[in-house]
Amino acid sequence: MNERVKKLRQQSLDTKPGISSERAELMTEFYEHSSESSAPIRRALAFKHLMESKTICIGDEELIVGERGPAPKATPTYPELCCHSLEDLQILNDRKKIPFAVDDQTRKLYQDRIIPFWRGRTIRDILFSEMSEEWKAAYEAGIYTEFMEQRAPGHTVLDDKIYRKGFLDFKADIENAKQKLDYHNDPDAYRKQKELEAMTICCDAIIRFAERHAEKAREMAQHETNPQRREELERIADVCSYVPAHAPRDFWEALQAYWFVHLGVITELNTWDSFCPGHLDQHLFPFYKKGLGDGTLTRDTARELLECFWVKFNNQPAPPKVGVTAEESATYTDFANINVGGLRPDGSDGVNELSYLILDVIDEMRLVQPSSNIQLSKKSPDRFLKRGCEIIRKGWGQPSIFNVDLIVDELVRQGKAVEDARSGGISGCVETGCFGKEAYILTGYLNLPKILEIALHKGVDPRTGKKIGSTTGDPTEFNSFDEVFDAFTKQLKHFVDIKVKGSNIIERLFATQMPAPFLSTIIDDCIKNGRDYNDGGPRYNTTYIMPVGIGTLTDSLTAIKHHVFDEKHLSMEQMLKTLEDNFEGHEVIRQMLWNKTPKYGNDDDYADALLRASFDSLYHIISGRKNTKGGFYAVNYLSTTCHIYFGSVVGATPDGRHAHEPLSEGVSPVQGADTHGPTAVIKSVAKMDQVRAGGTLLNQKFSPSLLEGELGIDNLAHLVRSYFKLDGHHVQMNVVTAETLRAAQANPEKYRDLIVRVAGYSDYFCDLGKTLQDEIIARTEHKSF
Amino acid sequence: MAGKRVRVSDVMEEVEKDNIFYDESGGGATFSGGEPFMQPTFLQNLLEACKERRIHTAVETCGFVNAETLMASCPYVDLYLYDLKVIDNETHRRFTGVSNELILKNLRQLSRSHEHVIVRFPIIPGVNDDDENVLRLGEFVSSLGSVKEIDVLPYHELGVEKYKRLGMMNRMPEVELPSSVRVSGIVEKLEGFGLLVKVGG
Repeated sequence: MNERVKKLRQQSLDTKPGISSERAELMTEFYEHSSESSAPIRRALAFKHLMESKTICIGDEELIVGERGPAPKATPTYPELCCHSLEDLQILNDRKKIPFAVDDQTRKLYQDRIIPFWRGRTIRDILFSEMSEEWKAAYEAGIYTEFMEQRAPGHTVLDDKIYRKGFLDFKADIENAKQKLDYHNDPDAYRKQKELEAMTICCDAIIRFAERHAEKAREMAQHETNPQRREELERIADVCSYVPAHAPRDFWEALQAYWFVHLGVITELNTWDSFCPGHLDQHLFPFYKKGLGDGTLTRDTARELLECFWVKFNNQPAPPKVGVTAEESATYTDFANINVGGLRPDGSDGVNELSYLILDVIDEMRLVQPSSNIQLSKKSPDRFLKRGCEIIRKGWGQPSIFNVDLIVDELVRQGKAVEDARSGGISGCVETGCFGKEAYILTGYLNLPKILEIALHKGVDPRTGKKIGSTTGDPTEFNSFDEVFDAFTKQLKHFVDIKVKGSNIIERLFATQMPAPFLSTIIDDCIKNGRDYNDGGPRYNTTYIMPVGIGTLTDSLTAIKHHVFDEKHLSMEQMLKTLEDNFEGHEVIRQMLWNKTPKYGNDDDYADALLRASFDSLYHIISGRKNTKGGFYAVNYLSTTCHIYFGSVVGATPDGRHAHEPLSEGVSPVQGADTHGPTAVIKSVAKMDQVRAGGTLLNQKFSPSLLEGELGIDNLAHLVRSYFKLDGHHVQMNVVTAETLRAAQANPEKYRDLIVRVAGYSDYFCDLGKTLQDEIIARTEHKSF
Repeated sequence: MAGKRVRVSDVMEEVEKDNIFYDESGGGATFSGGEPFMQPTFLQNLLEACKERRIHTAVETCGFVNAETLMASCPYVDLYLYDLKVIDNETHRRFTGVSNELILKNLRQLSRSHEHVIVRFPIIPGVNDDDENVLRLGEFVSSLGSVKEIDVLPYHELGVEKYKRLGMMNRMPEVELPSSVRVSGIVEKLEGFGLLVKVGG
């Protein structure tokens, strides 16, 4: 890392996130005066207003330029989606974890102008007013969360198109699509025309935004006394004048072109998972090779540019979240997740020289943003995997590892073309998608242990006494375990029905009221179809529901089967009474449930059979339902920080877990229940037919000593290859001792830079809530293979 | 008393659960103990079952074993991990309670009829880490010809806690753990005999 990068990196780390009111103000100003009746054109004009008016920021010594806000970590708000109340702003400012500084001026502006204008008009207001009473009751009970209540659907990744084409080329494509509109035979022609006009406005807007950076850089160059910096600023000006209007000509322009597109996407709306360049190594490789070949680039300058690029991601915290959304995703990380390696569209190995350089950058930068992962196929060389393992061993949670061969199978199973599947990968935490061609939207987490709790109480939520489920039988009268499982699946179907109905309404709200014409220009086939990203314009449209706590569910079902029905150690009345009392006065029973029950994660078929049954039920109840965009619903197993929130609303569970404690996360076994080592864990997890999910998240924790030396790397690599041979989707590692974590809890000031793997992302340990810290400490620490 | 009674088929079921890992890493089943030859028929049956399933087998032994039993296992064992502690018979007798005559004889015979034997040398400070023992041990092993590798296992205290938890008396006196300088000194001496020496393993 050279001096420039060191400085930029440190600045990024030292800058505290705050709220910038600039976007809210510009957006309000626009809407106050706009009389545009077409939704896509209104959104396009709003985008144009932002791009033409927002503050341009070029920092000292930067090479890659552009910020979402007026300055690094000055975080905009999106009042058209979610207008924060003064109380929200106070909470954001005051909360201990993930705060955003809010100044008096912003508060005043909100009070006088933003709130009066937006209250009642935001998507959040409209969304909740459109939801049924039963939807709200289940939402408030913590059965599921709703991703779109404060943020826009995004969850997507770019392919290679911006490296082949500039926005002038996209404009020509749009013009071409307009020419082909057939008003005589296509009843949608007018709607398509408006969408295409909106896209054209957005193309001009992003070109103008880049040009404003060029102007600023030129102006700065004129006043710059340092000749070297003057030259750099002049180069920045040239780059910004050329891209993204045109296709980039070199490595620098390629990175800058992407960055403008990234800023466009995350300024247009507060898209989930921000945005991501996807297969950066594959996309940049032609520029890298050309640059090295003609002497315009060296390995060192490529590294420097990449590292400058890395800092830009870290400068953009996730937009401020409040309420349930803040609980399910309590982090500054905004989930841009760089894919390294993988396959080429023709099926050949995608690992190249730049893949290794990018791994070096990841290693050296040690930033929580962007997140990174290695895409491992059976064709990937061991050297590649082992270089990844070396970084993992350093213990800050990156990169995670994905099984490309399974990802391709997952996508093809969903009906996608094999070339599109191979040029896909993962985004966010573990979500599979066809890059540049798919809208794959996460709609909310689903609380599996809560649904079991409701099934054990005839449809009533014992926490509130409210009946929110369907009527299922009295469990004390059940004669077999099958009746328990039936009651569970009935309640599951009941809540999935409610959730899907809600999502089908919410999809329409975004399609009709909150289109994203800028994002639409860069995702195939929105231009060709004349349809918006939020309205089924992409080639593929998938809607995900994400079950949480399958480990806790499996162990709970297993405990009921084993102790109540098979061994008859307990009657159902006793079991329910024990749970109702939260084990108080029943510690002996709790010890039996916790210690003397087969548990998921130990390669024990007794428990794992119920894992498989639960997985299959979820698949059959959710997958394949039609969404409103020509695509389908599917399941995805990740939990971010939602297992903490969901745990807080679930009483004691039959696996011996106390009330309100966290649930298991991702598809990982219950924390501490996997006692037979990592090989048994992956055998168990692989019993799910993972090709039928859109992603599964497996966390493993290792003692640092276990991974020492070349042998440690070899063993880890073998473990990963074995899991992938068994068709596992993803695995990520924490390499840290519980001792270290406890010490960090006790003396946070000494462990400010301790980064751990949380869910599908890494975060500063000290930024995590206490419950989440405890949960990570409680995860099983493997001390041998 | 911990443990449970199992049949050959029970053990094999457990062994086969890890097939995927044997295939991936070139691993297999390792039979250790205690001393696995304490149950010679059971061990023999397991070894044969593994071979039938093409599973790589390793046996860890202290060598204080009936020679015929040991030699009968040869066709079914891919790798022997053979403990060698002390060469001087008197010292051996003092610390282990038995003569090492059989142990040395078995090792000599085994090395003649089996190609893959690794000698494991636990370094216990004050017991067998003196120069004389190290040199004699190196000399003996190198004289066998077919044994190419010695794994040096420095004394550790992982068992101390275990004794406590099991409520058992730990008769091992407290000794200082061998320093890395001491260990590398021993490694160097053994390497002097042309042997491949690994620490740990």
